[in-house]
Amino acid sequence: MANVASVSEAPLEAEGAPPPHIEIPPFDIVPRIGLVISGVLIGGVIAAIATDSQWALDGSHVAGGAVWTVLDLFLGFVLGPIMGSMSVPARIEFITRLMPKMVVIMPTVVTITLAAGWQLATKLGTNLTSYPNHGWVVASFIVVGVMSVIALGLLEPANIAVLTELKKRRPNPEVIERLMKRFMYSAGVLGAMQIATLIIMSKIATG
Amino acid sequence: MSEQRYPPVTELGMASLALIVAGGIYLSSHIPNHVALTPAVVLLAASALLLAVNLLLLARVKVFDWTRFFQVAKWSLLAYVVIAGMIEYVFVRNHLNGGPLVVLTLSLVVFAIHVPILVGFTVARFYDPSDPDAQQATA
Repeated sequence: MANVASVSEAPLEAEGAPPPHIEIPPFDIVPRIGLVISGVLIGGVIAAIATDSQWALDGSHVAGGAVWTVLDLFLGFVLGPIMGSMSVPARIEFITRLMPKMVVIMPTVVTITLAAGWQLATKLGTNLTSYPNHGWVVASFIVVGVMSVIALGLLEPANIAVLTELKKRRPNPEVIERLMKRFMYSAGVLGAMQIATLIIMSKIATG
Repeated sequence: MSEQRYPPVTELGMASLALIVAGGIYLSSHIPNHVALTPAVVLLAASALLLAVNLLLLARVKVFDWTRFFQVAKWSLLAYVVIAGMIEYVFVRNHLNGGPLVVLTLSLVVFAIHVPILVGFTVARFYDPSDPDAQQATA
């Protein structure tokens, strides 16, 4: 059953008027089925690393990297502006459907991409100083490092905090707005940095 | 929105993460050459110091929903221990040993502790421990 919460649109609300009731759809902050899928995928990558299978490592790194890149670009440059123009009820419904999935998807995809990528680089010798494009590889470390700090320090905490705020009986729209802005701006910066990743990876792949 | 002032937990946390990331990049960009560990150890020590300062500053906050903080942080800790464990497995699988393994393992420990602190803080700072409505929120 949907939770009916009082979410007041502070600037629009007339003084003394009761806050409008907005239905908040039921949702889990961390979807359990998502955890199962994440566990299976991570188990698959551990198996790929253990067997040192180039096909499995390449597949995990490329697929994980593609999902990571597309999600950052899409969130930052497509969904972000769309959400900004949505009505408050529509935005809240959208958040309760999107954000729980992101809580599981992003850490899983990032872990798979980086773990498989490092193992693949070790297998192919592309992380050695003797590799001709070593400078580009180090550049990718730096880009991924900066992205990780932004994702772990800003994006992921904002993602979980906005969902816990929506679980309150009286969610504060200002808090939701502030956290969603932080999430979308972070996603935008990550999206821009993903373009750098695309340039670096295409350079490494083509030699 | 009336909000009490908090120490710069997020800023310090991000700086701490940036330091261990820098140490990791320094070590991994020199493979397989012998590399001086001193810069990585200094970066790790600075990162650990920021973690300690962050915990100290947070502990001094008078009104803070510690129940909510620990509720969120413990599950985040579980998730990031799994992630850190997977990265550690890759290091060990590739026969990394000696000083670099110790530095990278300790870096992962700082990472696995600091990220849950950031998540727990970001959630708990918007809770009023004296508000019964807020306490009904469940994770």
